[in-house]
Amino acid sequence: MIPEIGHFALILALLVALLLSSVPIIGAASGNTVWMGLAKPAARVQFMLIALAFICLAYAFAAKDYSVAYVAANSNSKLPLQFRLAAVWGGHEGSLLLWAMILSVWTLAVSVFSKHLPDDMRARILGVMGLISVGFLLFMLLASNPFERLIPAANDGRDLNPLLQDWGMIFHPPMLYMGYVGFSVAFAFAISALLGGQLDAAWARWSRPWTLLAWIFLTLGIMAGSNWAYYELGWGGWWFWDAVENASFMPWLVGTALIHSLAVTEKRGSFKAWTVLLAICAFSLSLLGTFLVRSGVLTSVHAFATDPKRGLFILVFLVVVIGGSLALFAWRAPSVGRGGKFALISRESFLLANNVLLAVAAISVLFGTLYPLFLDALGLGKISVGPPYFDTVFVPLMTPALFLMGVGPVARWKQASLPELAIRMRWAFAVSVSTALLLPLLLGHWTPMIGLGLFLALWIFASSAQQVYQRLRPQPQTSQPLSARMLATTRSWWGMVLAHAGIAVFTLGITIVKGFESEIAVRMLPGDVAHLAGYDFRFDGVEQYQGSNYSASRGLLHVSKNGIERAVLAPEKRNYSVQNMPMTEAGISPHIIHELYASLGEPLSAGAWSVRIYYKPMVEWIWAGAIMMALGGLLALSDRRYRMKRRDQKPALQQETAA
Amino acid sequence: MKRFLLPLLLFMLVVGFLFAGLNLDPRAVPSPLVGKPAPAFNLPQLAAAEQTFAPAQLLGQVWLLNVWASWCVACREEHAVLLDLAQTAVVPIYGLNYKDQRPAAQQWLAQRGNPYVATAVDADGRTGIDYGVYGVPETYVIDKAGIIAYKHIGPITPAVLQDKILPLVKQLQSR
Repeated sequence: MIPEIGHFALILALLVALLLSSVPIIGAASGNTVWMGLAKPAARVQFMLIALAFICLAYAFAAKDYSVAYVAANSNSKLPLQFRLAAVWGGHEGSLLLWAMILSVWTLAVSVFSKHLPDDMRARILGVMGLISVGFLLFMLLASNPFERLIPAANDGRDLNPLLQDWGMIFHPPMLYMGYVGFSVAFAFAISALLGGQLDAAWARWSRPWTLLAWIFLTLGIMAGSNWAYYELGWGGWWFWDAVENASFMPWLVGTALIHSLAVTEKRGSFKAWTVLLAICAFSLSLLGTFLVRSGVLTSVHAFATDPKRGLFILVFLVVVIGGSLALFAWRAPSVGRGGKFALISRESFLLANNVLLAVAAISVLFGTLYPLFLDALGLGKISVGPPYFDTVFVPLMTPALFLMGVGPVARWKQASLPELAIRMRWAFAVSVSTALLLPLLLGHWTPMIGLGLFLALWIFASSAQQVYQRLRPQPQTSQPLSARMLATTRSWWGMVLAHAGIAVFTLGITIVKGFESEIAVRMLPGDVAHLAGYDFRFDGVEQYQGSNYSASRGLLHVSKNGIERAVLAPEKRNYSVQNMPMTEAGISPHIIHELYASLGEPLSAGAWSVRIYYKPMVEWIWAGAIMMALGGLLALSDRRYRMKRRDQKPALQQETAA
Repeated sequence: MKRFLLPLLLFMLVVGFLFAGLNLDPRAVPSPLVGKPAPAFNLPQLAAAEQTFAPAQLLGQVWLLNVWASWCVACREEHAVLLDLAQTAVVPIYGLNYKDQRPAAQQWLAQRGNPYVATAVDADGRTGIDYGVYGVPETYVIDKAGIIAYKHIGPITPAVLQDKILPLVKQLQSR
């Protein structure tokens, strides 16, 4: 009964979405306020219906209802409750439901926090979001119904893929989807601005906080996924350039470009057409990512059961949404106008260069991801593109982008002077170059990549410190106390500094871990000692224990340095009984500098085990940097001007003073 | 303003490829080479570059050719299986190190163990093209006459080894 209620709620939600996607947009075109006013209640009802469907599916999982095919395929009676609930999005149908659910949450949020928007604008935005919702609900109901019954019911479920039975499963997909789907808001703003022909600074100001929030979620979602892969897969890697990882990374790159471009459009009125294009692309890449994961055109560790019919549906949907919006762009953008002029050396130019670099990076990731498909379709054979391609392409693109991060915020709008910039940045440059040259020598290992990575990280740190000093130093003409100068600085500025420092921390982490990591694979008997990076690892054998739905062997490694015990690592090898699948759980001793990581391999003869031990210096900085970026985003989001009554707000052009 | 049409045109191009891709199965790879002689090559060995390895040297025995690379994540998955197989000495395994850096590949084997009798270095991937390598890892079963009897794509799991490769090897060896 409950699953049928969920199914019925989805059907009703589709009807509401159809209403939402048509009536308000027509109303906006014809100036009918009643029709426009329909958008808000429709958005709310749609949310309630999809939420009801979601709760019904969650209930079916919690109540172990194996007469529902999707539940039987992705759950098991021995699966602990928290994973039974996370299993709601453990397969194809349920993750689509999560997608639709999150879209309806964003739609609801826009309907609640849009009092300051003109009626026609709000009607168009909610209508566009409703249109996307129609696509996903239709897809679910026609080709991927999560409530489909299994007759006769299964005695027990086939269990959730053991890889997914982890706390990461509870946070990573919802976070990531919040980011993916959150770009639909920026997309809807862009489309309604194109439809209404109001591509002005106000449009950029309205969509900035939404875009920033989506970007924060996406950053955290990718970070959680990377961290999960690091401790779960047992190879000590944290990014694999897998097709699905790329699918989340491309919207991130374009989204990052978008938040910068929106700032320019809002403050200077420039880049209007480009910003709209980025907003369309960020969401289009999210949709494309969905297509790549669902359709099975590419192989991936994330691939769900694939079905070409489903792929065709999403492809048609992609053509309608992306093709339609790009056609609208081609039609409307020429009338947008150029906005403020700026010189070759100016903050606008630096931001544009950064934007282009990020966009090119996204395109090259897209190309690398689709390249095997291109060749295959052209009949040129089947190949796979590995990390060598991405590493080769990425470093040269990101090097100038990171360098510009240090200069951009210091440069004046409109026209900056290169000599003046050089003088202002000379200390930051000198400090970062000399440290990048000397520090690796002290650490005993210098390679061009370590030098480059250190330089870029330190350059961003030093130039950020320089900016903070310039803002806070005593001014000769005024006698403001330090506290007043701090208050005079906006939170969005501090947010930018924090996020940029996050990039520096991230870069530093990658550089050090890539340059100084080491690993060994050894055969160990109880009592054996292995040596790595100055540490002694004593293997104290393996004990067996029984988990809720798996049996496990837990190894024990006592780590000491110069006779002093430093850590105990307990890597595990689990066997999940239902799917009979072995899983590794790495043993990690988290450390800000000297991180140690061990994973248990296969049992060998006579009580010996193969053990892999990794020394991963500063690897935690990678995720700490991502968290700093997200916190920087949050800080900027809490800026006063987003909380003010927006109708009263003066145009940001006058309000903002150039740095 | 033609330049504003550019994004749309690029997108339609991508859609064309995606549509073509729907009808292709990335896992089901046609193996026109099965039943045909293994393409000949003569490549330097990984352990000692001055020595070469050619399939012709192995005529008269059944052997496995395993395509691998140190950058290949899935290769790590099958490595333990290959090591076990090498220990049983049922069938010799030869490696084809595909588009890899020599030091990285050597380090990989030193750290994880070496199941290969010898590994040929295919640095630029030319031999891989001859063999229709579409992804790493791949494994070929080659019979006494030098004919490819079977091609497995993706990591070898214990099940694949027991159910497909080992019975086939036994059958070929008894011929």
